[in-house]
Amino acid sequence: MLYFTQQLINGLTLGAVYGLIAIGYSMVYGIIGMINFAHGDIFMIGAFHALIVFLILGYLGITWVPLALLIVLLVAVVLTAAYGWSVERVAYRPLRGAPRLAPLISAIGMSIFLQNFVQLTQGARGKPLHSVIPGGITLAEQGGFSVKLSWMQLIIWATTIVLVLGFTWLIRSTALGRAQRACQQDMKMASLVGIDVDRTISTTFVIGASLAAVAGLMVTLYYGVIDFYIGFVAGIKAFTAAVLGGIGSLPGAMLGGMLIGLIEAFWSGYFSIEYKDVAAFGILVLVLIFRPTGLLGRPEVEKV
Amino acid sequence: MSEPLLRVEHLTMRFGGLVAVDDVSFTAETGRITSIIGPNGAGKTTVFNCLTGFYKPTVGRLSLTGAHGRFLLEQLDGFRIAQRARVARTFQNIRLFAGMSVLENLIVAQHNKLMRASGYSVPALVGLGGYAAAERDAVEIARGWLERIDLVHRADDLAGSLPYGDQRRLEIARAMCTDPVLLCLDEPAAGLNARESIELNELLMWIRATHGIGILLIEHDMSVVMGISDRIIVLDYGRRIAEGTPAEIRANPDVIRAYLGEEEDEELPPEVAADLAREGRL
Repeated sequence: MLYFTQQLINGLTLGAVYGLIAIGYSMVYGIIGMINFAHGDIFMIGAFHALIVFLILGYLGITWVPLALLIVLLVAVVLTAAYGWSVERVAYRPLRGAPRLAPLISAIGMSIFLQNFVQLTQGARGKPLHSVIPGGITLAEQGGFSVKLSWMQLIIWATTIVLVLGFTWLIRSTALGRAQRACQQDMKMASLVGIDVDRTISTTFVIGASLAAVAGLMVTLYYGVIDFYIGFVAGIKAFTAAVLGGIGSLPGAMLGGMLIGLIEAFWSGYFSIEYKDVAAFGILVLVLIFRPTGLLGRPEVEKV
Repeated sequence: MSEPLLRVEHLTMRFGGLVAVDDVSFTAETGRITSIIGPNGAGKTTVFNCLTGFYKPTVGRLSLTGAHGRFLLEQLDGFRIAQRARVARTFQNIRLFAGMSVLENLIVAQHNKLMRASGYSVPALVGLGGYAAAERDAVEIARGWLERIDLVHRADDLAGSLPYGDQRRLEIARAMCTDPVLLCLDEPAAGLNARESIELNELLMWIRATHGIGILLIEHDMSVVMGISDRIIVLDYGRRIAEGTPAEIRANPDVIRAYLGEEEDEELPPEVAADLAREGRL
């Protein structure tokens, strides 16, 4: 039972990170119907920004953790959002109206470019960061095995909940969110009621990248080591999460992320750690067979 | 004479070898309903598509002059036509945001006003500054329209779930919520029954009387066209063949010919007719 609880805690933490990245996939798919394959690498860029800013802050002697965290968060989010915005501007906007395959290939190209860019400028080796927020609480202890909940995990949960609630509200009841949903349904019509579609799409990329940056920061702090390749694996997992939850749906992305996180944690806890990805993707296959629109996705009803 | 609200000059739209609209000129005035009629394929919707930025005209100038300035519609991008020049339109096949609620359809049409009130900043969206007041205002306007089109009780339903006639009226209300100076309606009476058509007439006449905007109307339903138009422009094969008041149009032989076809036996030269008669074919 203790072991189970520990895996649950670990799974939820992992799931929160996947969920935050998955939201970016889901929102972009919702609005322009394209899988932004570079999104995982945007997450990686976010992680690197967080790491670099931490090191700079340490060098400057700003070591009071809450202040340092706040600065890192702001800088990483702003810079990563700038990357997200630029990727859309450079690689996708010129292809708007082109066949669907074109932006998809462009996205894969962007992904490779970002990976290589970071590999070249930062090196291929893993970058360690000393533990910034150590410690935690021991929930239960029995026979030498203890269930631990680290502060870092708590912070990840709290941040995720706040962000998801915030963005759900943003989409549901602000002018920006309404514009986004209008573009999702009928881009041409949205422009006819005076919505600047390009700006709305850019905003979507900026929001997605900001969330990915937060996820990147959390991963940097949680695992303490990052490299240029983390975006690929996390991106594929988060994409799976978005599809699992129902792509285009924001709560669906979060739910999918949680599920993938839990599946991974339990599978590696009880079966074999080598096959955890097989389990996650296996569930995806099953869901796609029995519920092709994902768990929370709305099926397309065709009127005849 | 002051400049009319809309002046279309020498509008021509070619698609490859096909000339959909051929050198059409007309004007539309504020406070008037100007109808564009003509047989299928006459180029009516193409004119609308040029006006609202779907197509860039091959030739022609589309100038809109209002209290807010003068705009050349052919040079504006899609959303700026609604945002700056303030032209709104509806579609032959209704294009509501079917997955949004009825009320949201009317609020999203007031997007620009809301974004201006928010100053395009995030803090404003969270409720600081004038944004909250602007949003209340937008909801108020939307409610007003719902009352006018008699849909208050369905405000929170999805727009796609409304019956056809209600969707038509909602689409007009949504177009009006963008605060236009020119409203382009593409066959608003299509698919409506007789009672709904009369309601539509009343709605359009009410808009003309109370909102001080110009209305351009494409319509096949002659009871609507003849009943409420101030001026009628007739297109046939992309050309303007007549323009005038409903009474003038009804009496115009060119228009009758365009709709009903030539009366062939009258047009045959007398000697040909005589030949045919001799062979017993006539």
